[in-house]
Amino acid sequence: MSDDSQASAEPADHILARGPELGVALLLMVLAVLVITDSLRVGIGWADDGPRSGYFPFYIGLMLLAASTTIFISTLLKWRSLKAVFAERQQLITVTAMLVPTVVFVGGIALLGIYVASVLLIGYFMRRYSDFGWTATALVSVGVPLTFYAVFERWFLVPLPKGPLEHLLGL
Amino acid sequence: MDEINNLMHGFAVALTVPNLGYMLIGITLGVLIGVLPGLGGANGIAILLPLTFTMDPTSAIIMLSCIYWGALFGGAITSILFNIPGEPWSVATTFDGYPLAQQGKAAMALTAAFTSSFVGALFAVILITFLAPLLAKFALKFGPAEYFTVQLLTFCSFVGMSKEPIAKVVCSMMLGFALAAVGMDTVTGQLRMTYGVSDLLKGFDFLIAVIGLFGIGEILLTMEEGLAFKGQSARINLKVVLQTWRGLPRYWLTFLRSTAIGCWMGITPGGATPASFMSYGVAMRMSKEPHSFGKGQIEGVLAPETAAHAAGTAALLPMLTLGIPGSPTAAVLLGGLLIWGLQPGPMLFVEKPDFVWGLIASMYLGNVVGLLVVLTTVPFWAAMLRIPFSVIAPVILVICAIGAYTVHSSMFDVWIMLVFGVLGYLFKKLKYPIAPLVLALVLGDMAEASFRQAMLLSQGSLAIFWSNPLVGSIAGLAMLMLAWPLLGKLRTLYQAREARA
Repeated sequence: MSDDSQASAEPADHILARGPELGVALLLMVLAVLVITDSLRVGIGWADDGPRSGYFPFYIGLMLLAASTTIFISTLLKWRSLKAVFAERQQLITVTAMLVPTVVFVGGIALLGIYVASVLLIGYFMRRYSDFGWTATALVSVGVPLTFYAVFERWFLVPLPKGPLEHLLGL
Repeated sequence: MDEINNLMHGFAVALTVPNLGYMLIGITLGVLIGVLPGLGGANGIAILLPLTFTMDPTSAIIMLSCIYWGALFGGAITSILFNIPGEPWSVATTFDGYPLAQQGKAAMALTAAFTSSFVGALFAVILITFLAPLLAKFALKFGPAEYFTVQLLTFCSFVGMSKEPIAKVVCSMMLGFALAAVGMDTVTGQLRMTYGVSDLLKGFDFLIAVIGLFGIGEILLTMEEGLAFKGQSARINLKVVLQTWRGLPRYWLTFLRSTAIGCWMGITPGGATPASFMSYGVAMRMSKEPHSFGKGQIEGVLAPETAAHAAGTAALLPMLTLGIPGSPTAAVLLGGLLIWGLQPGPMLFVEKPDFVWGLIASMYLGNVVGLLVVLTTVPFWAAMLRIPFSVIAPVILVICAIGAYTVHSSMFDVWIMLVFGVLGYLFKKLKYPIAPLVLALVLGDMAEASFRQAMLLSQGSLAIFWSNPLVGSIAGLAMLMLAWPLLGKLRTLYQAREARA
């Protein structure tokens, strides 16, 4: 896959910052509108007992909208001259290689509980990104969650999310 | 000398065997957090906070603040040995620290860094000891309008002092305020901005935000750089320490300057990171041999480390006396106080003197313990970093997930942490500052409450913010901070015109 990206035209090697810049500004604008509309719903004026709930957030929303719109418009106006790089393509691939397992991991916590999900996550990383043998991988990936179990559930009595396996073991 | 008496009393509180034990645990965990990428002072403390809910508040804050000192010390180790700043405030330490290590003077650089951290913190704690009671006594007179203007000053100085574009600072800050407003309005009981999602009833917890923004976001950033830790090894022995110490008094002016910069940046919410850069810059400008900087000049290690530690420590002064944290980490500690049922602010000094002075005394002790611990255990921490990132990264992810979950035992929070992680990555890449978001999220409810109370008092007139000399001058100062960048621009314009004439 890396051969493909080298063969393709030069601009494909990195992503310019202006795209994400516009996207984040737009996201903030949407959030600001959400804040403003809901403030209007709960009331931005005064009731008998003082300012209504929307009194303060309304102005916060307005300022957020003003600031994000400024960024949005100035990015658009300077679009052609904005050549700052957001990240190299290869960097984005590594970041995705980190982010996707993380999302799967969080989904896994909900389904399998945090211990099984942690074993899978640590095991995956150790096998995928370094040349650990199965024994070392198993030791670390099982040992670390077990340590957390001892510290959190036994020592500090803080319950962590559990899944089918823990229920089977009656924990 | 009330302060001395109180402080002695504080030492009696802090100098018990369990508390010394918590100090040692805190420092060790802190150095570990400082050394590992993705875990820092702010999110490290946020993750460990739920574990302290059942502890005695004094012991808990002693342990958590020691984690903070440990993290401040630990950042220097990776900077000097591996050229990887473990913490943002130790970026400036890499400039001269790593070249020194390459020249085989790693032990000297580390000793200098630790010692200057210690000196910076010591001065800042002395400042806290004598200034905090005065400030607290003064703040007892504060009403809602005064409180709001002090908060306004905090946020205005963010806008004024920041190097990032103003629109981005404002965006980040307002996003924090907006997120803080989500959920139940504490005054009217009305639901705000939940849009029917029941998980949003309790609002966004800033601990979750901190774990996501600093933890997950940082891991993603570190990943991008494609990590291969290649570093120098070091062993510190007594001879090197003594030799380095003998050379240090020569730099007393650098120490003094850096401490002043650090304390100032810590009390105003500049924080440790800009303090370290500013101090490095000033040291270079004032130096007789500015060209030696960046090539292994010991002053280039002393200046940023002193300032960072002084700032990190001084950030606790406004947190304790006014309830306004000077840095994200101080904000997390403030969150801890609230959870333990302690309201930071002037009344804390009156109602809980044991707690306050125990904490202040523990700052002295914690830094002494910290200095001893790091000086003796450097090889161990350097070895930590030889563990491949493919093991460290998933373990840190697991720790972050546990930390996010334990705050409210809610799976929804873990997803929110993930969202904040991606947001943190995008914000870092696009140069949005993150600290204003965190501080606004922490202070949002308080700022809103004091604003609404002030408005109630004045029946909706903003004139209350200049109704007496005290509130008026704080508000004026806030406006001045807000206009600061504008004044700077005017000056350059004026100078340009002068030059042309």
